[in-house]
Amino acid sequence: MFNLVKIAARNLRRYKRRSLLTVSLIAFGVVFVLVFVAVTVSIKDFMIAQITDSYLGALQIHRGGYVASIESLPLNLNLAPTAVSQIEKTLAGIKDVDAYSERIKFGALFSNFKETTNIRINGVYPEKECAALPQMLSRISEGEKCVSALEKGKILVPKLLAQGFGAKVGDTVVVVATNKDGSVNGKTFLVSGILESATGPGGRDGYINFDDAKEILRISGNEVSEIVVRVKSLPKVEDVAQSIRAGLGLGEKKQKGGGIEVHTWSQLSPFANIANMIDVMTFFIKVMLIAIVLISILNVMIMAVYERVREIGTIAAIGTLPRKILSLFLVEGFCLGLTGAIVGVAFGLGIIFGLNLSKITFNFGQATGLILAPTIAPMEVVTASLLVIVVSVLASLQPAYKASRMEPIDALRHV
Amino acid sequence: MSLIVAKSLSKTYATDSVEVKALQDVSFEIEPGAFLAFIGPSGSGKTTLLNLVGCLDKPTSGELQVAGMDVLKLGRRQAAEFRGQNIGFIFQSFNLIAVLTAFENVEYPLVMVQELPLAERRDRVLKALQAVGMLEQKNQMPEQLSGGQKQRVAIARALVTRPKLVLADEPTANLDHQTAYMILRLMKQMRDSFGITFIFSTHDTRIIGEAEIIYSLEDGRLVQREERGKPNVQSSEDRGAKLTAL
Repeated sequence: MFNLVKIAARNLRRYKRRSLLTVSLIAFGVVFVLVFVAVTVSIKDFMIAQITDSYLGALQIHRGGYVASIESLPLNLNLAPTAVSQIEKTLAGIKDVDAYSERIKFGALFSNFKETTNIRINGVYPEKECAALPQMLSRISEGEKCVSALEKGKILVPKLLAQGFGAKVGDTVVVVATNKDGSVNGKTFLVSGILESATGPGGRDGYINFDDAKEILRISGNEVSEIVVRVKSLPKVEDVAQSIRAGLGLGEKKQKGGGIEVHTWSQLSPFANIANMIDVMTFFIKVMLIAIVLISILNVMIMAVYERVREIGTIAAIGTLPRKILSLFLVEGFCLGLTGAIVGVAFGLGIIFGLNLSKITFNFGQATGLILAPTIAPMEVVTASLLVIVVSVLASLQPAYKASRMEPIDALRHV
Repeated sequence: MSLIVAKSLSKTYATDSVEVKALQDVSFEIEPGAFLAFIGPSGSGKTTLLNLVGCLDKPTSGELQVAGMDVLKLGRRQAAEFRGQNIGFIFQSFNLIAVLTAFENVEYPLVMVQELPLAERRDRVLKALQAVGMLEQKNQMPEQLSGGQKQRVAIARALVTRPKLVLADEPTANLDHQTAYMILRLMKQMRDSFGITFIFSTHDTRIIGEAEIIYSLEDGRLVQREERGKPNVQSSEDRGAKLTAL
């Protein structure tokens, strides 16, 4: 094998310019793929983390039918206390669950005693909400950036609503809501903070303490609209969802039939489609890499065979078996691919490192000046490298086969 | 026992419109240790005959045995194996592998064909290069060698596998007269030293005299056999002992 590699390497050196060009082309493809994957995946992961860690959670648990009618925030589709305790027991038994938070959600009127508008209120336990959504507090643009912002009697007001009403931190506002029985109740709150939207302009979600929500809605038991769950590893979210479903004894029918529903973030957020599009783009970039490698290696190997017909005739005449001739050219293709992959990975990682050093900023939603920090998983590097090498060998297969099938007598006559 | 037995060999190349009879009813026997030339003008069938004997091509009709093997029954792969073990080749254009040094060119068939261990390969290659007087140039690339030196390396490559037979198709065609003569002398010396049968083709009248047996070909027919010197025929044990020294 060593001798095959030695001969292949020498042959590649024989046509320096062509080999260099091919290696450069492959390396360029690898660099492009690695940098593209690193940048897009890190932006995608950042966006997903932003969404899941600041308001959506990795997954949510509702009573069946709640998500379908979530725009009306139906109180009659809240999870009953028995269901809540069953869910909490199940969550406690799943090791990949990091934290969870119960919420009561309801539509209400929001008034500053001069004007009134509608608002979506989330009643939460401050500590639990912050544990399940670690970036939630970072969305507070003005006011208290700590759990005390959600103490009883305080409200976090969405930014656009605050701007429209001229509401400031320290103002007193009133929230009025209709409970399940149809009676109306209201409560005054102190504005403790102004909350940025996680995804961009819009959003009417205000936050109050869970007990205040129960008081307004006159709920006595531990009744909740949804339970937001944070998982230890986001890629495992589907496994955790399955574990929860299994723990709750939810079959496919029961899941749809109105018992309890478990939804992952990707089922709840339209951003999942964008994330999927990024994955599709990454896939097509890899297809382009395959095409680059395939065409360049095929071209160079066809030329190599064509230019060395007499040499092939000579080695065949002196007794080299066809499979060895095949190996010679396959190893040549392998060496080209390997060199291209090594150079590409080296430059690609260098560029990724450089991008991290240069601290390029970008904006996402209301968040501005976010620093681009591209990272690439070792598996992606290995996959790209293996892809290049395997495609290189495959591209060499046809020219190598042609070389191995040459009749020595014909090849020796070749001028 | 004869090393080569050819009976009524014929070879016809057919194209769409023309049929060319390259060899017609050629029969001969060659003893081990012969130093033999096929001579004749261009197109007389010398190369075709060498290709048949070298198992590179098959006749249209006839019988051919080389080293006791009916080579016409060999498939593509078996023929390659047979060549690798029994036949050495010397080409008109030397056909050294451009990216390998003289040493590596000679080593090539031992690595790729006979798959010998490193120590044995090294020993054999050095001895072969020494035998052809190219030991000092062992690390030079083919492009750094003169025509005569390249052909010496090619002879070493043909001998290093310890073949029973070396076939040389116009081995001196690309060499000046003095070098051609030296190459022929070297081939003869190798035959004398190692008992290997040498068959070469040529139309160069200046070197024909070096052959001990001369077969003349004309229009694909064997027209004359001339014996100029008695070949030093040896027993297979003698030949084996001499080859081991290579």
